[in-house]
Amino acid sequence: MSEEVLKIEDLQINYGGIEAVRGISFDVRAGEIVTLIGANGAGKSSILRALSGLSKPSSGRIIFEGEDIAGKDPTVIVSKGLMMVPEGRRIFPNLTVLENLKIGAYLRKDDLEEDIERVYGYFPRLKERHWQEGGTLSGGEQQMLAVGRALMGRPRLLMMDEPSLGLAPKVVQDIFEIIKQIHEAGTTVLLIEQNANMALHVADRAYVIENGKIAMEGTGEELLSDEKVRAAYLGTS
Amino acid sequence: MKDRKKSFSAFIGICVLLIFVIILENISGFVPNVPQVLEPTSPLFTVLKKAAVYSLVAVTMNLLNGFTGLFSLGQAGFMLLGAYTYAILTVPTAMKEQVYYLFGGCAFDFSLLDMFEGIFGSSGAGGAVSMILACLIAIVLAGCVAGVFAYLIGIPVLRLKSDYLAIATLGFAEIIRAIFQWQKLGKVTNGANMIKGFPTFSSFNITDGAGNTILRLSTFVPFLISSVCILLIVLLIHSSYGRAFMAIRDDEVAAEAMGVNLFKHKMLSFVISSFFAGVGGALFAMYVANAQAKAFTSVMTYEILLIVVIGGIGSVSGSVIATFLYVACSEWWLRFLDSEHYIGSFKVPLLRNGFRMVVFSVVIMVIVLFFSQGIMGNREINIGALFKKRRPKAERKQ
Repeated sequence: MSEEVLKIEDLQINYGGIEAVRGISFDVRAGEIVTLIGANGAGKSSILRALSGLSKPSSGRIIFEGEDIAGKDPTVIVSKGLMMVPEGRRIFPNLTVLENLKIGAYLRKDDLEEDIERVYGYFPRLKERHWQEGGTLSGGEQQMLAVGRALMGRPRLLMMDEPSLGLAPKVVQDIFEIIKQIHEAGTTVLLIEQNANMALHVADRAYVIENGKIAMEGTGEELLSDEKVRAAYLGTS
Repeated sequence: MKDRKKSFSAFIGICVLLIFVIILENISGFVPNVPQVLEPTSPLFTVLKKAAVYSLVAVTMNLLNGFTGLFSLGQAGFMLLGAYTYAILTVPTAMKEQVYYLFGGCAFDFSLLDMFEGIFGSSGAGGAVSMILACLIAIVLAGCVAGVFAYLIGIPVLRLKSDYLAIATLGFAEIIRAIFQWQKLGKVTNGANMIKGFPTFSSFNITDGAGNTILRLSTFVPFLISSVCILLIVLLIHSSYGRAFMAIRDDEVAAEAMGVNLFKHKMLSFVISSFFAGVGGALFAMYVANAQAKAFTSVMTYEILLIVVIGGIGSVSGSVIATFLYVACSEWWLRFLDSEHYIGSFKVPLLRNGFRMVVFSVVIMVIVLFFSQGIMGNREINIGALFKKRRPKAERKQ
């Protein structure tokens, strides 16, 4: 298919002797939505933290557009176009919506107007509330803000950590709708989810992670119809 | 566009304030029989001078604590560095023998004041130019010394978080104070004795040949310097750096994930804050007309921290307002509590030396308990909004 944007080879992450991720390899190709699903503690978030530079992997290679970024600082990684929507939204509660968005583009020194308008295009609600402090938004709006903030960095690859966490089902649907739109506009997405049902429906390809290892991989549809996945993650049989 | 309008109105507001201060200070010279409050010896001017100096330091502390989320208690240490730098650089060489008499003169045989007087002359307009230049350069250097020390200390200390950072910076301030009182360094710091004889705020009063004051500027000068510095800090806060500082305060991990280099920005905030604290220290030395390490204890830091908390953490205008209220209370309005008073032949109970501090503590406790957000919370006063006509709601929507 198309070229690989991100290629991970034998990634291992230890936290003080505890092996959170035990040799994982996968890849994300340009224009795809790839999702990693798995239960609590499977190592999904650890992988994302390592990809964004917030923690250092113990070994393995993370190749982003032909360059090994394993162990690099977040500043370097973000400047290469790998933006993250952190778990639990983590917007800046005392900054206004507009200021939150501007922080997302902190490493860019060019004009932001166009990108701000683009984000407002995806999330008209943010435009209405651009002067409000982030902390006063509802959970769904905060998630929109977190996604918008990451988009401000013009990501080559957008990584999302549990965008559905703690949101009402209706709001989760809205968020996934927007993820699809963003993807259709040409952004490659790496999605980490516990809500396997939603994630598999939007994903081109998916990896199932269990105990720090990849247990299964396939297209979204393949996994949706897989017996084991259905039993373990979808709650149906 | 809107921002430019805002800064313009802020600029006008500061100019009006400065002109007002000049008029207030000189009114007794032009209008006979002014109320006693406006006489040059009135506590009003002591309060205004001290508050102008303290407000700058309070704002620097707010930049760290309120805007960057670094709980630092080193402000007095940086003020001390600034005060001594200023004092040592500006004491005239002729005065040094007298100031450093315990140590047989100063090891540092140089004075900015003498240098400029050598160029511009020491009397008349030349004297004025050389004093202004000497003071200005000494103040900037005072800030630089504080900034350099902040950088060096910041390298190990800024890796610490919250309480640990507070303890480390507090310890630094105390160590610096002890070093400056060390007798072995007496040739430079004058040991535990004070350095004096340098230009102070009242040196800026313009006098005629006979020594009569024509125009008083001794309150105007601290106001001018402080407002310029505070304006610079406000500009910093409203820049993209300021936004990054606030992002770090709100959520370090998220800020890091957005590509904000935590260490670099914390260091920037720390150094800038310390630079202006150093400037504030130089101003403080000018205000009390001496530089003495004894004055810059942790009590001073707590005083400033208190002002920041009362004013509202994260509000520059709150810090400034709180400074003036605090200084006015401690230096003027509550002074009567310290002396015995009689109503007729009835002696008012409790009033005696020190009672002021009791009342003061109670007032502060009430504020902290019931107004935990402080006077301003994290809001700011918008000078432009005071003059703007309120538009009807329907019109505003468009």
